[in-house]
Amino acid sequence: MKPRTLYEKLWDAHVIADLGGGETLLYIDRHIVHEVSSPQSFVAMRTKGRQLRRPETHLAVADHAIPTRQRGTIDDPLAASQIAELEANVREFAVPYAEVNGPEQGIVHVIGPETGFTLPGTTIVCGDSHTTTHGAFGALAFGIGASEQSTVMAAQALRQTRAKTMKVELVGTRHPLVFAKDIALALIARIGANGAVGHAVEYVGPAVSAMAMAERMTLCNMTIEAGSRIGLVAPDETTYAFVKGRRLAPQGEMFAKACEYWDTLRSDPGATYDKVVTLDLSEIAPQVSWGTSPNQTLPVSATLPDPAQIADPGERREAEKALAYMGLTPGTPLLGTPVSHVFIGSCTNGRIEDLRAAAAIALGRKVAPGVKAIVVPGSMATRKAAEFEGLDRILTDAGFEWRFAGCSMCVAMNDDRLSPGDRCASTSNRNFEGRQGPGGRTHLMSPAMAAAAAIAGHIADAREFVA
Amino acid sequence: MSGFTTVTGPAAAMPEENIDTDIIFPARFLLLTSREGLGQHAFHDRRYDADGSEVAGYVLNTEPFRAPPVIVAGANFGSGSSREQAVWALHGLGVRAVIAPALGEIFHNNCLRNGIVPVILPPEQVAEMLASAAAGVAFTVDLEAQTVTVGNAAPVRFDISPERRLALLNGWDETDLVLARFADDIAAFEAGQRKIQPWLYPEETTA
Ligand code: SF4
Repeated sequence: MKPRTLYEKLWDAHVIADLGGGETLLYIDRHIVHEVSSPQSFVAMRTKGRQLRRPETHLAVADHAIPTRQRGTIDDPLAASQIAELEANVREFAVPYAEVNGPEQGIVHVIGPETGFTLPGTTIVCGDSHTTTHGAFGALAFGIGASEQSTVMAAQALRQTRAKTMKVELVGTRHPLVFAKDIALALIARIGANGAVGHAVEYVGPAVSAMAMAERMTLCNMTIEAGSRIGLVAPDETTYAFVKGRRLAPQGEMFAKACEYWDTLRSDPGATYDKVVTLDLSEIAPQVSWGTSPNQTLPVSATLPDPAQIADPGERREAEKALAYMGLTPGTPLLGTPVSHVFIGSCTNGRIEDLRAAAAIALGRKVAPGVKAIVVPGSMATRKAAEFEGLDRILTDAGFEWRFAGCSMCVAMNDDRLSPGDRCASTSNRNFEGRQGPGGRTHLMSPAMAAAAAIAGHIADAREFVA
Repeated sequence: MSGFTTVTGPAAAMPEENIDTDIIFPARFLLLTSREGLGQHAFHDRRYDADGSEVAGYVLNTEPFRAPPVIVAGANFGSGSSREQAVWALHGLGVRAVIAPALGEIFHNNCLRNGIVPVILPPEQVAEMLASAAAGVAFTVDLEAQTVTVGNAAPVRFDISPERRLALLNGWDETDLVLARFADDIAAFEAGQRKIQPWLYPEETTA
């Protein structure tokens, strides 16, 4: 048999039928549901009088619109009614639900793995582009639209086109304050915001094997920002150790049997990829985005581009536009740019490891006057774990706000948002115009870098905060 | 959804790369749970300034592009968030075809399910079309013939999967199609998978 990549194995294992014209009907094992992208999917089900084919293969939670300042009350009537609608839908269609005030509530891409809903070897979809995150477990996970969600609910199947494959090889040793976030941003800066369009990306190399699941998830999460719907890491002992014992994971003998199967989910020696990119981690410094697309990213010590020096007219226009939107002066250093807000959280960097990295910088220091800094754990379980470790105390003593779980200022659909002209050091994944509120300016970076910015009051190099 | 055959009219030129779905449909409007009437929020933060007045000179605030049947855009249009609202809003605005060198992949699929024809053409061809669109030349997108015609120029052919084309032409519902044609195959797949990965069927062990 021809050697196959991990992507090809996962794909082949889910083919229901070949539809011709390059399209395949693919079986979908798991579907995660949130309040914002699902209402219209349930309406379609109801209008057509359809039932969920397998209710147990879905997991619903409210994360995008939910406030993170408090639990129990929702001030925004639109957010309240959207969450009420989700609750009515999960009742009507018998969808397993992580209750708003329950211990498993959190961001879709954080609670999937935490509950053991996310398993290697599965196909996982969600009405959310960052579903790429779950690829960190060796799952074929991708974002879909609301209409597709309704097809999955009714048929457990989706028409899909097979992607090409791209290998991203991470070599070299990184600085201890260079994180998966920096690697992802550096990769996107290098290959572009559409550098991986049409490709399923697999991350390989000793640096990937050495990464904890949290960092693998950060890498896969950011893969969509390079235009790819699928990021993958082959499952290994680290993966199994993470999955083992989780509520929805296979237990006992079944777990051992599953591991045997998961062991087959590795790219075969000799398998070929359509594209290969190699990144030397020893060359990567902490990264900061300066523009309105994640590929507009530079090492923290760099100076901002000067459009006058850019030869390509298209690129020059993009740079001019981004600098103007961001209120930045061409050719000046990125370091020292004052920030008004700091957001630590999101499905990219809202896990316990991220909160530890931020707390390590914040320990014994104070948030600069005039900076509003919030820390929003990715899930209530993460919040509880952080409190158990005392991270909340370190952060609140430093002047950070300590929030309940949700998407918060990643998406500005709840009550956390920037006002026009606000500048935010953010651990989220998108610096698009208005993403954190109309007119808001976002600089993407790692949790350590965001914490450093909060303390300094401006963009700073986290490496200078450790002895 | 009714079927699609051909659409003719002015094309709004958006000569910019990476116009993401946050620009097409800002997140705060996602709190609306209906898919009707979303056209008024399409490109909201480009069309209106903070006090709600129109941004002068923006293409969608300029005649004859206020409700353009066609958009011609730079690469990676519709990238970013998976929100299908972006497509519903474009449809609400009157858009029936989007021409670009590349589209966000999820957006591309969402178009196919909502009566908008995604037309992918080589960058040089799109660059020419951007210029014609800006000059107000009328575009015709003919799905039956799989062609785009700009003014009096020769029709340009584009690719689309035959099945998707047929579904768009007939306004078929994808879920109905899958259920009608593949119910047995889906059941057969499940029977096979249950043997190899029984842990994926918890409903059977816990029920
Ligand atoms: S944290 Fe941000 S990117 Fe992640 S699911 Fe929520 S809104 Fe989407």
